[in-house]
Amino acid sequence: MTANSAGPEIERLISLLARLPGLGPRSARRVALVLMKRKEALLDPLVSAMQDVGRVIRTCSVCGHVDTSDPCTICTDARRDPATICVVEDIGDVWALERAGVFRGRYHVLGGLLSALDGRGPETLGLPRLIARLGDGKVTEIILALAATVDGQATAFYISGELAALGVKVTRLGQGLPFGGELGWLDDGTLTAAFRARQSVG
Amino acid sequence: MQAARPMDAQIPAPASAPRAYALTRLSLSNYRSYVGIALECDARPVVLAGENGAGKTNVLEAISWLSPGRGLRGVPFVEACREEPGAAPAAWAVAATLLGPDGAFEAGTGISANSEGETPRRLVRINHAPASGPSALTEIFSVLWLTPAMDRLFIEGASGRRKFLDRIAMGFEPGHAQACAAYERATRERLRLLRDGRGDPRWLDGLEAEMARHGAAMIRNRLHAVMRLMSAMEEETSGFPAAIIALAGEAETLFAADPASACEAIAARLARSRRLDEAAGRTLFGPHRADLDVRHARRNREAASCSTGEQKALLISLILAAARAQSGRAVPVLLLDEVAAHLDETRRMALFDAITALGAQAWMTGTDMTMFEPMDSRAQKFRVGNGAIIPH
Ligand SMILES: Nc1ncnc2c1ncn2[C@@H]1O[C@H](COP(=O)(O)OP(=O)(O)O)[C@@H](O)[C@H]1O
Ligand SMILES: [Mg+2]
Ligand SMILES: [Zn+2]
Repeated sequence: MTANSAGPEIERLISLLARLPGLGPRSARRVALVLMKRKEALLDPLVSAMQDVGRVIRTCSVCGHVDTSDPCTICTDARRDPATICVVEDIGDVWALERAGVFRGRYHVLGGLLSALDGRGPETLGLPRLIARLGDGKVTEIILALAATVDGQATAFYISGELAALGVKVTRLGQGLPFGGELGWLDDGTLTAAFRARQSVG
Repeated sequence: MQAARPMDAQIPAPASAPRAYALTRLSLSNYRSYVGIALECDARPVVLAGENGAGKTNVLEAISWLSPGRGLRGVPFVEACREEPGAAPAAWAVAATLLGPDGAFEAGTGISANSEGETPRRLVRINHAPASGPSALTEIFSVLWLTPAMDRLFIEGASGRRKFLDRIAMGFEPGHAQACAAYERATRERLRLLRDGRGDPRWLDGLEAEMARHGAAMIRNRLHAVMRLMSAMEEETSGFPAAIIALAGEAETLFAADPASACEAIAARLARSRRLDEAAGRTLFGPHRADLDVRHARRNREAASCSTGEQKALLISLILAAARAQSGRAVPVLLLDEVAAHLDETRRMALFDAITALGAQAWMTGTDMTMFEPMDSRAQKFRVGNGAIIPH
């Protein structure tokens, strides 16, 4: 396939689509083709859905989750357990845990793991925000649900160290997590088992 | 964390399952000198004959990518893309049908088609589904190799010997590749922190704990491999001398002193050497500095001071011992590049007989087909040349 066989607007769409996870240049062309062929049924509704979402999404100033309100739906849901906070790497992990339905507390979303090689230091973890939430003494347990990768475990080590002096119980997900498995990849059963088998840190 | 798998010798494979890994199909596309080829074979040894530059080593290298690491030439995977003057290098792929104790698998690996701004990745597929990474291949396949470049293994730096041992250790413990990769990642992270001078002690503690955890696993796996190799090493027969091997290094000594507390000891040692590592710009302590000592048993002489021929024979002894030691589960595929050419006739026969006794699918290359005549119907023979591979 020769490059630039379509107008610049279409080429721009294709190059944006190619940046989506799971899409390469070739599949991006295929998607663009489908969208253009099915303008009324797909392209137009997609344009307005994306615009709507783009207008309303907010990052929750309490937990770092992304939702349509700030504080987010989870933070404002009175039925959720205020005593436990689950620390996760990103929004995808919140979705995975919600889908599995294993956790009824609230979250703290890091937005990424510590990584010297990627230039992500402790200041990017939003820990002051997390520590502020412990002020009223209602939170009794913090669960570190981070990947079993080097970065995940080093980050868990760091956070548990920061929390050690604050008198809150810190736990980690139990064994059974495949090494290097990010949470979003796990099936609900494995996730549930890992949650049940969580262990105290330190 | 190490994958659960029965220890080799304890649970024998069912009688019907093959005792050796083997390829029954291999296809290459845009792989170095090959535009595209497909090869069918059975579980017997394979002979590839052809002139210099015909593409024999390329085939062995392609097979070697069905394991973690940098392949038999030890180069970044992007280099395997076929290059043609005036054209952009195309994305390479290797696919194979693999037989083993757990049945047949379709395995594939290659470079991701590069989309804008993304660094290319090595993709792995097992039974047509994406695998988490190259380490996943150790669960379904095992391969060892010997190449002319390894003739200097005992003379050159320790890194070649470590890689040699790690390849063998992977055969015993599939989790070894992952432990090595995780250790390396943690080491690089720590070194970057030290170099940037933003060394947050708690962050360093966390990374050192990871280095210690994976490093201790590496040492344990390597020691285990050394033990297994030694017990599978046969008395000197037909010119392949018995070798005495040992793992040496500061971290290894620390581990051996008290394996149960090795993790803590390694982490503490790393924490003490932060200053020194920062000044040196590299990590001075750890299993990445280990060495494998090899001695010629009968001559009681270190391998490095043996003759060139003796060194080659020692290497073959080690490879055969490794294959034998893995035979409880399944004998690995052996890639023996230009090995036959450097052996006198007696040793060549002895090698062929050893391969036959093991039931190994050994892939052997040479310029001269007649060299392999003694293999007779014990091997399947192919001619390599002009970008093609044809049955002989
Ligand atoms: N990336 C590449 N693209 C195209 N050709 C390559 C590439 N890498 C190596 N070759 C070619 O492959 C040939 C070497 O093949 P090799 O397998 O080493 O031969 P031999 O049969 O001697 O083992 C050389 O002709 C070399 O030019
Ligand atoms: Mg060659
Ligand atoms: Zn929130």
